Amino acid sequence: MNKVVSGADEAIRDIEDGMTLMLGGFGLCGLPEKCIAALVKKGVKELTCISNNAGVDDFGIGLMLKQRQVKKMIASYVGENAEFERQLLSGELDVELIPQGTLATRCMAAGYGMPAIFTPAGIGTEVAKGKEVRNFNGKDYLMEMAFDADFAIVKAWKGDTMGNLIYRSTARNFNPVMAMAGRVTIAEVEHLVEPGELGPDYIHTPGIYVHRIFQGKDYEKRIENRTVRKKI
Amino acid sequence: MLDKEGIAKRIAKEIKDGYYVNLGIGIPTLVANYIPDTMDVVLQSENGLLGMGPFPFEGEEDADTINAGKQTITKLPGSAIFDSAMSFGMIRAKKVNLTILGAMEVSENGDIANWKIPGKMVKGMGGAMDLVASADNIIVAMQHINRAGESKLLPKCSLPLTGVNCVKKIVTELAVLDVLPGGGFKLLERAPGVSVEEIIKATAGKLVVEGEIPEMDV
Repeated sequence: MNKVVSGADEAIRDIEDGMTLMLGGFGLCGLPEKCIAALVKKGVKELTCISNNAGVDDFGIGLMLKQRQVKKMIASYVGENAEFERQLLSGELDVELIPQGTLATRCMAAGYGMPAIFTPAGIGTEVAKGKEVRNFNGKDYLMEMAFDADFAIVKAWKGDTMGNLIYRSTARNFNPVMAMAGRVTIAEVEHLVEPGELGPDYIHTPGIYVHRIFQGKDYEKRIENRTVRKKI
Repeated sequence: MLDKEGIAKRIAKEIKDGYYVNLGIGIPTLVANYIPDTMDVVLQSENGLLGMGPFPFEGEEDADTINAGKQTITKLPGSAIFDSAMSFGMIRAKKVNLTILGAMEVSENGDIANWKIPGKMVKGMGGAMDLVASADNIIVAMQHINRAGESKLLPKCSLPLTGVNCVKKIVTELAVLDVLPGGGFKLLERAPGVSVEEIIKATAGKLVVEGEIPEMDV
């Protein structure tokens, strides 16, 4: 069960124009930056990207937007990217904004083998347009479908050669639910270790969900909004 | 009249011992500074953290540890990390006791709009739609009047909605108001130095004023 590939280029080798990709991360935190760089280099186009955010202008998915590689973006919050907003308002980019919990849970449903979920988020708003509403115990819920993505690309802190993953701090975010949801899941990790080195009790994503894994080098891990306090 | 810090300070009085609280971006974030140390309160950040601490000391920032506003923060003893699906699971299941968020408009029946200005600003709803659809206890922190001088407390929202019939309380630079179950803003308190007449003038939606309105204690 060795899932190791040589690096990002090999991991994304069969990602083609027009495919649907899930990309883990929240803002720039826990972002699969090595695979994004490889996708930019490869120049695949017409992609549908499912990710909570769209990066910033010069990092993350923003790099793919700049190269016009993204046809459709499915996200919950895109406030930090001027190029994104420009492409959206000009109609060049197709964008589906969905509630953050709905986004996460539609990933989860895919990973749990469930076709749909029911959530109250979006009831009475334009998000509900054209969707089935069901009433349970006097409250309305929207039926939202599980995602179907060709590839899920996630970033973890540690992983073993069998694909078992451990995330670090809030860099966990969407990564575990997306890792479960891809037809093919690619994991890039900061530390790749041998089976047995990660305690079974501490695994966040079991390797069965992961198809390819590699260790990235020199993570930039850019901070989007550096806030500090002074030592008194 | 209150400044942003004043609004945050007044809202902090709504937090009770033992609460799990989700704070939105903007004025709500400032509320954390006014929760008394004697109170046992846990802050939830919807990107996957319970037990959010203050900003890190200079040089101790960790790119892997941020809040939902993407600010670098710290964890506290007893903090817990989880994924985004579980984060909204605990919100949907009403485990979070209080949600405080900002708004562009609130209507007299408790509808809220805070994610989109068609043709101008499209940032997305983030977690706001999930929070307002599930939370029982929602307080809005906002300015009473927008930059164009128009009231943000309306008979009906003009912007695309984030949620319907969900806001319970509003704290602005002028007043504290409850949203009545049958509709209407009930004036509870005036900000220091603000008259009832000024609040009436600044409120476009139905305003209910009964008896003497006390000045708030901030």
